[in-house]
Amino acid sequence: MSETEAGVVIVGAGHAGGTAAALLRQYGYQGRVTLMGEEPIPPYQRPPLSKAWLKGEADADSLMLKPHSFYEGAGIELILGVKVTGLARSARVVRLEGGAERAYETLILAMGARARTLPIPGAELTGVMSLRTAADAETLKASLRPGRRLAVIGGGYIGLEAAASGRALGAEVVVIEREAQILARVAKDPLCSFLTEYHRARGVAFEVGARVEAFEGEGGHVSSVRLGDGRVISCDAVLVGVGLVRNDELARESGLECVNGVVVDEHARTSDPHVFAIGDVTHRPIPLYDRMFWLESVANALEQAKQAAAAIVGRPAPAQEVTWNWSDQYDLKLQFAGLPFDADDIVVRGDPASAKFAVFHLRGDILRSLEAVNAPAEFMAGRQLIGSQRPISRARLADVSVSMKEVAA
Amino acid sequence: MARITYIEHDGTEHVVEVKNGLSVMEGAVKNNIPGIDADCGGACACATCHVYVGEAWRDKTGTPSAMEESMLDFAENVEPNSRLSCQIKVSDELEGLIVTMPESQH
Repeated sequence: MSETEAGVVIVGAGHAGGTAAALLRQYGYQGRVTLMGEEPIPPYQRPPLSKAWLKGEADADSLMLKPHSFYEGAGIELILGVKVTGLARSARVVRLEGGAERAYETLILAMGARARTLPIPGAELTGVMSLRTAADAETLKASLRPGRRLAVIGGGYIGLEAAASGRALGAEVVVIEREAQILARVAKDPLCSFLTEYHRARGVAFEVGARVEAFEGEGGHVSSVRLGDGRVISCDAVLVGVGLVRNDELARESGLECVNGVVVDEHARTSDPHVFAIGDVTHRPIPLYDRMFWLESVANALEQAKQAAAAIVGRPAPAQEVTWNWSDQYDLKLQFAGLPFDADDIVVRGDPASAKFAVFHLRGDILRSLEAVNAPAEFMAGRQLIGSQRPISRARLADVSVSMKEVAA
Repeated sequence: MARITYIEHDGTEHVVEVKNGLSVMEGAVKNNIPGIDADCGGACACATCHVYVGEAWRDKTGTPSAMEESMLDFAENVEPNSRLSCQIKVSDELEGLIVTMPESQH
């Protein structure tokens, strides 16, 4: 490995970038590998920030993808706490804040995304937070304790996980959702109603169909949320969980094809053969559904890290995966697989009242996606069925006396 | 602390010291040992950290929970000594543990 060699430069030291660096070495890549990130710490897992870590069930060390010593041992140069401000593709150079430049033979863009903020009065008050980074999570955790009141803006998975963790820490929690139902953009009933009731039974209050007009403060710190109908909800802290914005500016400014995210092919290649993009920042093909889409998950970050690392070292491309994700709330294990594109019907297996059931989305007799609640067999078998696109019997799928093994057989 | 031997499907052995309290999965991932993907980071949500536990350690590694059993049921090439390595906590008791990896985690 020569110091003058350009090798692979990875911009973004999150789950995707960190995994790509490690995989390049695991796959035997001998060239120089440089991993650059804006955050001051090496790659870590974000999912626990709203789950086990927030509840105090996992320590900071356990979040790390690899121990710090791994990078030196593996010959991966870590450049942390720096922002990459420019990309000159014709010269194959990235420019860092402060003016330093770094040449690359192959570039992997893994800048991820940032939390969307609300452009409303009071958004700058202290105590109004997002949850994306470990630093965000530290700030949030410090404000969750008995007697404190957290207002969660946005009834999505991040918001619901934070609500559950907040209750576990003894804080009061109110979830404020713009749509008529929580999870409106990603799920349907009976899951939405089930989760609403499950949270409500554990002390979470809901305001649905509510527009947030402003955050109001005292002495620079947030003290309440004002709704569109004039009502004021008092709180000590606000978590805004209303989606993300992809960090594709560097790619766009360099002329790479972007569609609200960097456009890549099934090998994570961009429109420039020397540039790959992986993880949350991408707009990628989903062959199973025959379309381009955005996936925001660890599974996606890992799949694309494998695709890029394999393409760079000349290994066969990894098998296509059925996209999946999970969420932990209270004692609920939620697992999701596939995407509900073109689905025309829903089959519910199991009784939501028992907190063990699954919702299957079908197109004809082909399974397209599923949501499983404390139902690992339904998740595992369903994920395989989504991938195989084998026709299944709806009646048998709905009948819990027929095992998932038999349904899938 | 326990010394654990991870054997890849092709027979390649990796011997590492793993701290008490970590899982057998974490011991592999943090040492960049191939063959254990652990996509979900240990949440028992994905079944990509499947291993076969050496006969001598089957009692010491305990019995899988109902959740783990259900996940394993649908993993590939499952054997009676199959476990999800994220669900096995390392302790002094596991000194010398040998785990073998399946051909694939998918």
